[in-house]
Amino acid sequence: MTLQRRSGAEVRLEGIGKRYGAVTAVKPLDLVIEGGTLVTLLGPSGCGKTTLLRMIAGLELPSEGRIFIGGRDVSRLPAGERDVSLVFQSYALFPHMTVGENVAYGLVSSGMARRAAAERAAGALESVGLAGLGERLPSELSGGQQQRVAVARALVLEPAVLLFDEPLSNLDARLRRRMRDEIRELQQRLGVTVVYVTHDQSEALAVSDRIVVMRNAEIAQAGAPDDLYERPVDVFVAGFMGEANVLPARVAAIAGGEASVAIGPLELHLPYRGLAVGPASVAVRPEAVRIGPPGTGLAGMVARATYMGAVMEYTIDTALGAVFVVSGEVGRTHAAGESVGLTLAGRGVVLVRP
Amino acid sequence: MRHVAPAWWWVAAAVGATVLPWHMQQAGLGLGDLRAFAAADPDAASAAAQAVLHGRFWFWPVLAALAVGAVGSLPPGLARPRRGALLFAGGVLGLLAVAAQGFAVGIAGWTTPRLASLFGPLDDRQFGIGLGGCVAVLGFLFQATDGLALRGAFKGDRFTAGAVGLLAFSILVFTVWPMATILAEAFAGRGDLGPLAAFAERAADRKVWGMECVSSGRSCGVAWNSLALAIATATLATLLGLCFALIVTRTGFRAKRALRLLTVLPIITPPFVIGLGLILIFGRAGVVNQIVEAVTGSQLGRWIYGFQGVWLAQVFSFTPTAFLVLIGVVEGVSPTMEEAAHTLRASRLRTFLTVSLPLMRPGIANAWLVVFVESLADFGNPIVLGGSFGVLSTEIFFAVVGAQADFGRAAMLALVLLAFALAAFFLQRAVLGRRSYVAVAGKGDGGLATPLPRGIARAAFAVAIPWAILTIVVYAMALAGAFVKVWGRDWTPTLDHFRRAFDVTPTADGGFILSGLAWNSLGTTVTLAAIAAPVTAALGILASWILSRQRFAGRFALEFALMLTFAVPGTVIGVSYILTYNVPPLEITGTGVILVACFVFRNMPVGVRSGMAAMSQLDRSLDEASATLRASTTRTLARVILPLLKPAILTALVYSFVRAMTTVSAVIFLVSAQHEMATVFIINRVINGDYGVSIAYSAALIVLMVAAIGVIHLAVGRRRLGRRAAAPAPLVPAGGRV
Repeated sequence: MTLQRRSGAEVRLEGIGKRYGAVTAVKPLDLVIEGGTLVTLLGPSGCGKTTLLRMIAGLELPSEGRIFIGGRDVSRLPAGERDVSLVFQSYALFPHMTVGENVAYGLVSSGMARRAAAERAAGALESVGLAGLGERLPSELSGGQQQRVAVARALVLEPAVLLFDEPLSNLDARLRRRMRDEIRELQQRLGVTVVYVTHDQSEALAVSDRIVVMRNAEIAQAGAPDDLYERPVDVFVAGFMGEANVLPARVAAIAGGEASVAIGPLELHLPYRGLAVGPASVAVRPEAVRIGPPGTGLAGMVARATYMGAVMEYTIDTALGAVFVVSGEVGRTHAAGESVGLTLAGRGVVLVRP
Repeated sequence: MRHVAPAWWWVAAAVGATVLPWHMQQAGLGLGDLRAFAAADPDAASAAAQAVLHGRFWFWPVLAALAVGAVGSLPPGLARPRRGALLFAGGVLGLLAVAAQGFAVGIAGWTTPRLASLFGPLDDRQFGIGLGGCVAVLGFLFQATDGLALRGAFKGDRFTAGAVGLLAFSILVFTVWPMATILAEAFAGRGDLGPLAAFAERAADRKVWGMECVSSGRSCGVAWNSLALAIATATLATLLGLCFALIVTRTGFRAKRALRLLTVLPIITPPFVIGLGLILIFGRAGVVNQIVEAVTGSQLGRWIYGFQGVWLAQVFSFTPTAFLVLIGVVEGVSPTMEEAAHTLRASRLRTFLTVSLPLMRPGIANAWLVVFVESLADFGNPIVLGGSFGVLSTEIFFAVVGAQADFGRAAMLALVLLAFALAAFFLQRAVLGRRSYVAVAGKGDGGLATPLPRGIARAAFAVAIPWAILTIVVYAMALAGAFVKVWGRDWTPTLDHFRRAFDVTPTADGGFILSGLAWNSLGTTVTLAAIAAPVTAALGILASWILSRQRFAGRFALEFALMLTFAVPGTVIGVSYILTYNVPPLEITGTGVILVACFVFRNMPVGVRSGMAAMSQLDRSLDEASATLRASTTRTLARVILPLLKPAILTALVYSFVRAMTTVSAVIFLVSAQHEMATVFIINRVINGDYGVSIAYSAALIVLMVAAIGVIHLAVGRRRLGRRAAAPAPLVPAGGRV
């Protein structure tokens, strides 16, 4: 008996905030997480994303505001009565219980008979590809397998909302990629609502329906992955969602929602995004910069060239400052000291608030 | 407790107040007799019966509080917060009413003249509370904590609320109250002196603070004696302990394991065994004296009795304690720090002096303070070897048991001792910062411990090895004394002493009588220690769980109060307990209860320490995982925390048992004819110079305790956690005995 698809519940936060004495961990914020979607809370350490997650889980009680899960006010309910499950960063598998006992633990806590719980647990283990490992102890499993046990233990309760607290941070890079795809696949198959905390932007881009970028205890920007990557609202989000060159620019004129922008000698038409005529900043993705022969576009000199296998990385000194460039043309490289001219592709360049 | 209806505790309070006999009964009684007894004898009746049938009006407030709680306990209707408020109010009122009536009416009617003038004369009296009173008090207490939880305190968790309430209440009854009694006793008026004048007179006593020893040959005040002794002992024992610790952790010495065994000694040794050993070596009939006399013809005399002797004995006794603390300190210095120093071209000696030693400094200071406090509180060695050299702990004892029986003086001396101990406690906190008594359980990062610089290693060996040998000799002598007729005079080997202590006489009808002198006290000791051990372990583990896992308003205050409790020297506890529990409302002097209470509160640090150490190795996310998996607090505790704490629990159990058997300082005040403790029996023999039986008995105790400790080492074994080796539980919790 494996897990069935169902529709996940909506999570609604209204004015949720958390203070520890004088320290504000989360400033009061509103957030709606639609049922059946995977939303990532992304941000540097100390930004409040984990506190927000723990408040949804019921491990911390909010200082103010209310939390609704599936329309029910759960703000004051303890963790066990919220119909949520949390996958911990450390997995928090009980080391003295077998894998099967771990997975069945929540079911038995909820009052299910031991035998029925064991059957359900076996089904859940099968769903995550661990059929037959129920008798092992957690310490006898590999890191990836432990991760899957943690997921199975959370999923077997068929929670309305599944929470992940940096679930992949203890895995090596290759395994991390695989597990992240598995989590996404599982979420879509079961249709469960997932709130996922991470500080890794590529992980966030890969798994999310929506990403909420947090900074200094508040939401910096929320949106679809491509929104955040291609249209960050400010320098912080641009920088956090992957590499970005922030260059000084000037908005010369605005016409029909398009701004004509001067970046040194380069001129571009960009969505104007509420900026006024005058000095501004642009965030330029490294892959949006084209390297041409000297004399074209922005003049520069290659300061450093790094061979990365699939791509080349360059640091190029220009009148506007150092520009970081990623080029797919591995066959035709530029040596350090070479003079080049830079132009910008249309995509990957965006006006931002400084 | 989440699943128990709130009314449960109200019912307990009600049963305690209306059904069970309120006061302590001399003889047991059956439930059927209750009504008959109640009608005839008010002292055998429940509080309600006493109020209704016998006109003991002081119980009406208790019953009124019950009525308030009853409204909160009614099943339907009320919202949670309001119900909580009523339960809390009823519980608190109940506790206050119980306390008020207990303190107002004693064995001679009103306890103070002011009450008599306020309410008119009272032609009645009452004794200490018994079963009914205790049940009612617990009922009221948990009803109040339930109420708090219902109002949202402690995250709404009733189990946590109850546990915190129980701890706070225990501290209040078994520490704060006795300490307040001591304070009051020190201020008690004497003759025509008022409270302040009496206090001032006692405080300025020349026998306490006199400085005559500086200018003349006379002895100084006992406070100075205690301080000087504690400083001397702490300094030497820390130095020796550091040498041992460095040898064990930083050299290739082959007998490391044997050295480590030294750390177990202070736990299994009754506190006067070292003193006995020293007497047998250096006493008037001691081996050394006899040899010196035979060779040179001169008498060494009684030099061992006095400061030197006590100092020597304490250094022998407490070096293992310092050693134990310092092993952790030296091991806590990360090898990578030293490796870093090496790569920065520091020599071994320079690394040791500039990196390792400074990193150890707080730990060394802590070890010093631990020994300082142990020396201050030590009773066994000064009483055996002190002679005319008095220290605070022995002086307190003589003030109580002596012909003078001056409780005011005892209280004053206890206050001085308490002040010293608390000063050390605050220093210790300042030195260790917030890490207080949690063992530093840092993750060891890689790297090998750097061997000691050669010069320092040599010095350490030169100091430590002779001392270790001496320690063995002292123990050997102490034990050998059990097997000769009269030490120093008649060296004929004999088992007489054992026979006298542990004789078993067969009777005519095929049974036998335990006719040995020791059986009675041994039986009492083992029984009481066995009763106290589970209580101690349970409370200690509960406290460690609360302190390390729960966050609530007042947590810091609770932790602080608990640690203060642990800092009170045993002698002070002993004196305060007899002063406090000699009279109603809690009249338990002379019973086994007072000894068990004393053991529990003296030995709880063992449970708390091992619990905290084990808990710090358990990731907090395990609790949280259990909570998000729909488990109640009790289920989390029972299924996740306690199984993982099994080694810590066993450790706490056995060590609280062992320490209850070896303690002497507090219990010497609390024993009675029916409840004689082994250590007190032995010390009385020692004081009378009857060494043979004392040594035989001590040897038997040591064997018993080694067996107990061996049993846990076997029983604890390794936790079943698969490939990863289990984190070794700290088997020997540091510090705090006497």
